[in-house]
Amino acid sequence: MNMFPYLVGGWLLLVGCLGVVRSRDLVHTVVCVSVAQSGTYVLLVAVGYQSGAAAPVQGEGTPVPGPVVDPVVQALTLTDIVVSATVTALLLGLVIQIAKLHGTVDPDRLNDLRG
Amino acid sequence: MSRRLRLVVFGLGVSGIGVVFVLAALLIPRFGGGDHPYRDLAVPAAVARSAPNVVSALNFDQRALDTLGEETILLASVVGAAALLRPTTSEHERSIVAEDRILSATTLLGYLLLPVTLLVGLDVVAHGHLTPGGGFQGGVVLATGLHLLYVAGSYSTLVRLRPLTWYGIAEALGAGAFAVLGVSGLVAAGGFLVNMLPYGRFGDLFSAGTVPLLNLAVGCEVASGVIVLLAQFLAQALTVRATR
Repeated sequence: MNMFPYLVGGWLLLVGCLGVVRSRDLVHTVVCVSVAQSGTYVLLVAVGYQSGAAAPVQGEGTPVPGPVVDPVVQALTLTDIVVSATVTALLLGLVIQIAKLHGTVDPDRLNDLRG
Repeated sequence: MSRRLRLVVFGLGVSGIGVVFVLAALLIPRFGGGDHPYRDLAVPAAVARSAPNVVSALNFDQRALDTLGEETILLASVVGAAALLRPTTSEHERSIVAEDRILSATTLLGYLLLPVTLLVGLDVVAHGHLTPGGGFQGGVVLATGLHLLYVAGSYSTLVRLRPLTWYGIAEALGAGAFAVLGVSGLVAAGGFLVNMLPYGRFGDLFSAGTVPLLNLAVGCEVASGVIVLLAQFLAQALTVRATR
């Protein structure tokens, strides 16, 4: 099955979104957002994969013969991971403040506006 | 919106995305194939600039402008988290923290591994253009390695050996150095973030032009940024309490 890794990426994205929708705890919501973002890592790295190719790091001396996997999508994945980590940190900071202000982190009980 | 209705709406959206995604996956080049036009352009360009680690060459040379944006996002997020998590007017910071007893085996292992981890972090940053790694990865290793002080020792040890003001300054310097290197490329070679230094010999520590310098700037920024970030969360968990 040649498109299986692509489907894994899409499945991770959707199952992460399902977790966000069903969440009863904001920390769980933040983790689900990270899971959904992980789908993009899998998709990107799968797009760049080539069967039998080496890692995109050349050896000392002469460059390796033969193909390497696509380094462009790997660099994009690195950017993706950094952004995901910063988003997670900011969201967790918000969750801490919500917990202090409202005394709960259940999104279904955060209905009333409060100044 | 009730939970049931929310799930129904979600189900409709997901089935739409699912169908479109599968259709797209059927039409893109098949998994594991040899058709990678960007790879065919990026690898020779990196090799021509004496950067064996092509991923680093991409991030710090060919896509350096993106990386400037990326590290600005990191800087903004650290500033944002620090602003969100600072003690409010109805809170105060305790100076004394109740310390739990730590197994002496944990202490021994932690203090043995602390220098090793820091050394590995420095190595990953310094050789980012030669071997797998780079500023982002090495910075995170350095920042989390420093927190072995907390795991093995105590919170007060960590606070004494971690002057936060300095790390704040180091973070700003790292982010600024990246921009300064970019502007010096503009002055010296006529393009922002142009790799204007000599490329050197393939595989040398001092090679690949500005790539190792940008790696160093990012490593400095990421390590300091993550330390400042983790400090805010640790303070929330351990020392910040509501004033009664």
